[in-house]
Amino acid sequence: MKVDESPTIASLFEEIKSQADSHWQELFDSGQPVIVVGTATCGRAAGALDVLKAIRDELERQGVDCPVFEAGCLGHCYAEPLVIIGKPGYPPICYGYVNPVIAERLVKEFVVGDNPCLEFVLGALEANDLVPSFADFPRATYEKKIVLRNCGHIDPTDINHYIANGGYVTLSKALQMSPEEIITEIKDSGLKGRGGAGFSTGQKWEICRNTPGRPKYAICNADEGDPGAFMDRAILESDPHSVIEGLIITAYAVGVRNGYIYVRAEYPLAVERVRIALRQAKKLNLLGRRILGSDFSFDIRLFEGSGAFVCGEETALIASLEGKAGMPRHRPPYPPTSGLYGKPTVVNNVKTLASVPQILTNGAAWFASIGTEKSKGTAVFALAGKIVNTGLVEVPMGTTLRQVIFDVGSGIPNGKRFKAVQIGGPSGGCLPESALDLPIDFDSLTEAGAMMGSGGMVVLDEDDCMVEIARYFLEFTQRESCGKCTFCRLGTKQMLALLSDITLGEGTQADIDILKALARDVKTGSLCSLGKTAPNPVLTTLRYFEGEYQAHITEGRCPALMCQHLIAYYILPNKCERSCDACVGTCTVEAISPNKKRIKVIDQEKCVKCNTCLMACPPQYNAIVKLSPPSEVPAAEK
Amino acid sequence: MRTVSLTIDGQQITAREGDNLLWVALDNGIYIPNLCAIRDKSEPMASCRLCFVEVEGKEQPVTACTETVTEGMIVNTRGTRALSLARRSFELLMASHSLDCAHCPKSGSCELQHIARYLGTRLKSKQLRELRRDLPIDDSHPQIIYDPNKCVLCGRCIWTCREHLGVGVLGFAHRGFQRMVTTFEDEPLAISKCDRCVECIGVCPTGALLPRNETKTRVTSES
Ligand SMILES: Cc1cc2nc3c(=O)[nH]c(=O)nc-3n(C[C@H](O)[C@H](O)[C@H](O)COP(=O)(O)O)c2cc1C
Ligand code: SF4
Ligand code: SF4
Repeated sequence: MKVDESPTIASLFEEIKSQADSHWQELFDSGQPVIVVGTATCGRAAGALDVLKAIRDELERQGVDCPVFEAGCLGHCYAEPLVIIGKPGYPPICYGYVNPVIAERLVKEFVVGDNPCLEFVLGALEANDLVPSFADFPRATYEKKIVLRNCGHIDPTDINHYIANGGYVTLSKALQMSPEEIITEIKDSGLKGRGGAGFSTGQKWEICRNTPGRPKYAICNADEGDPGAFMDRAILESDPHSVIEGLIITAYAVGVRNGYIYVRAEYPLAVERVRIALRQAKKLNLLGRRILGSDFSFDIRLFEGSGAFVCGEETALIASLEGKAGMPRHRPPYPPTSGLYGKPTVVNNVKTLASVPQILTNGAAWFASIGTEKSKGTAVFALAGKIVNTGLVEVPMGTTLRQVIFDVGSGIPNGKRFKAVQIGGPSGGCLPESALDLPIDFDSLTEAGAMMGSGGMVVLDEDDCMVEIARYFLEFTQRESCGKCTFCRLGTKQMLALLSDITLGEGTQADIDILKALARDVKTGSLCSLGKTAPNPVLTTLRYFEGEYQAHITEGRCPALMCQHLIAYYILPNKCERSCDACVGTCTVEAISPNKKRIKVIDQEKCVKCNTCLMACPPQYNAIVKLSPPSEVPAAEK
Repeated sequence: MRTVSLTIDGQQITAREGDNLLWVALDNGIYIPNLCAIRDKSEPMASCRLCFVEVEGKEQPVTACTETVTEGMIVNTRGTRALSLARRSFELLMASHSLDCAHCPKSGSCELQHIARYLGTRLKSKQLRELRRDLPIDDSHPQIIYDPNKCVLCGRCIWTCREHLGVGVLGFAHRGFQRMVTTFEDEPLAISKCDRCVECIGVCPTGALLPRNETKTRVTSES
């Protein structure tokens, strides 16, 4: 903090750093292979814990004692479980789609033997002559990892891993800077909040610092209630210290002694890893009283939120921290002037905080050189839906949607056509093919009717009905509405009823007009941004895909063949094979029977549209189709 | 205390700096529709979304209850965009209101009727569909009949009951469309800790809370 103290801060940190370095080095000094298993939630869902056990068991059987540790998410979630093996003489190799059987083989053949099992390789972490590396992937051209840089590479439960990879050094330097200097640096970097609204982080800190009133608070917003988004969870599970370091620096810059990390309780692994990380940071005096010998003290408490979507809204989050019902209030006053217990409070997103140490280390100019004119740095997206490479990506702002979806995400699976992409979750919007060359940043997305939101990116293909998609997202926001204000509580309910009718083929032209008017009014009239953004999926699908709405109401037809009420299953007589009756037995309601010519026919009265027969019909016949409107089924067959 | 001068609907008004726009307007005889505004409450609920006005220099209409008056402020309470938002909000409330003026003892003194007249709209929405919750009427209490289907969630009864009289019988419960005013664990008013001051009846703008004697005929004729 003060000049005469800086040697102590530096030397105290030097000691911590050299211990961490030697701890990290030990991993590799043994000359043994090092095995890393990705056990973030995405890995666990794919069976990573079984893989881990298989590896440990096999190592024991083989009598090999080599270091094995758990890491977080590498971003290649589509290929989980992932295992990285770093063996002297080889580049570190990442294996994908590993199961316990493959895991055993990897131990036997590569750890013990010398066969790197190329058939299971996803990519090497470094360029080399033996195996293709991630750097050779087309996505490597576009990816730039700032926030995710450690994810999947270090053990999130071992602070030494983080420190040995450059962690907390920024904190030690920040403590030797003045708070004003730090704020200026963050302002100059152009960093904007990654929680959705995109407000300048430096400015937010400055307002909070300059607002009289004590104590002040700093809160990390890790509520992440957006369905399909899991970036914040992945970061907390994979690299919690980057967020903690960011929060400590925030607190120092703003003049805060008490901080909170607000995590949803539905993220048990993130909660556990953050708790461990906090304990370890405290033990090394990177957190707590007189951090690194300076006169700055700061404590962080972990708060497990109830997991309501609206609790991610900062005023609702604050109410929830205060023990009140998690409901938003009118802003202004904004939290930096009046937040927790009415005191000046900084609320920042997980990714915003994780960017902070990197900015201070590499300088504002470095960060400002990445991205577009008005949006600096990188954007993290969770790719989901109809995309080959589901998972996490981090790309510079200004990368186009096409590059993210087709180059990084490898496009649409099963040869289907791209239709739209829903960005920003339920608060965002659905953008069509014509928007694919849009450079992604805060402004361009808002202009197109979507928004950066939290970073969920759901890709939709020709089989997705845009009316149904709008209905699905609106159903989510309607259910998550806190119910406080009229527009959101009742307006979204009315809109949902209209959309449901349209998907049932019961909509009218008047319904579309009311829907549009309501969407506009809910957007302007709601109290908080949940309501203000809830109509976005409806407005954008109406803007870009009104034809699909029209088909539903005027023809009773669902062009994507998705809306159950507007389709019928039909067996094409010229394709149905007489000798085959694969579908007959699978139908749960016995709606299928052969006619006199042994061609199978569906009794439309009985059919419950469960899709089983369509799956059962052998691909060489492919005789079952969906027709819309149902009246397309030839009369004789009905 | 510093004062500021502002213009509301062309009328020159002097007010204390920092005062709330809604109350300044109301105190100067300029009506702005409202349900959830409570004068003594330090922080506005801002939930009914009826008090939209247009303020010069602001792109969108704003709720008067969340604005503080400033020097030179120019306010239009009858702007088309403000009124259309207020009408929509009112229409939404009414589409979920168990509308039965003919049999409602509140008819005549009901604020909803008053607001409809002011906004020039019907009580029954032509565009929106009826979205009712069909909640049970609580007629357990010797003096009060509570019909949650007529409640507009203004919170006045809760404020009166809890913050004002220090008794916390009523409160908001549930979220979203299910949000309602109720007692602890939804127990009937009769067995709640209600101390029978019946102040809540007096503040309720609608027929949701009514004195028992007035409602008897209606309830029996309905059941
Ligand atoms: C309904 C709703 C949900 C939100 N959820 C989150 C969330 O999960 N995480 C988050 O960081 N911000 C969320 N926000 C945004 C916050 O209100 C706030 O703007 C943000 O935490 C500020 O941090 P930043 O400046 O770093 O973006 C949400 C906003 C709304 C309206
Ligand atoms: S917009 Fe929705 S979530 Fe926000 S205050 Fe209103 S009811 Fe609650
Ligand atoms: S019962 Fe009456 S006073 Fe209470 S919230 Fe409902 S409408 Fe308002």
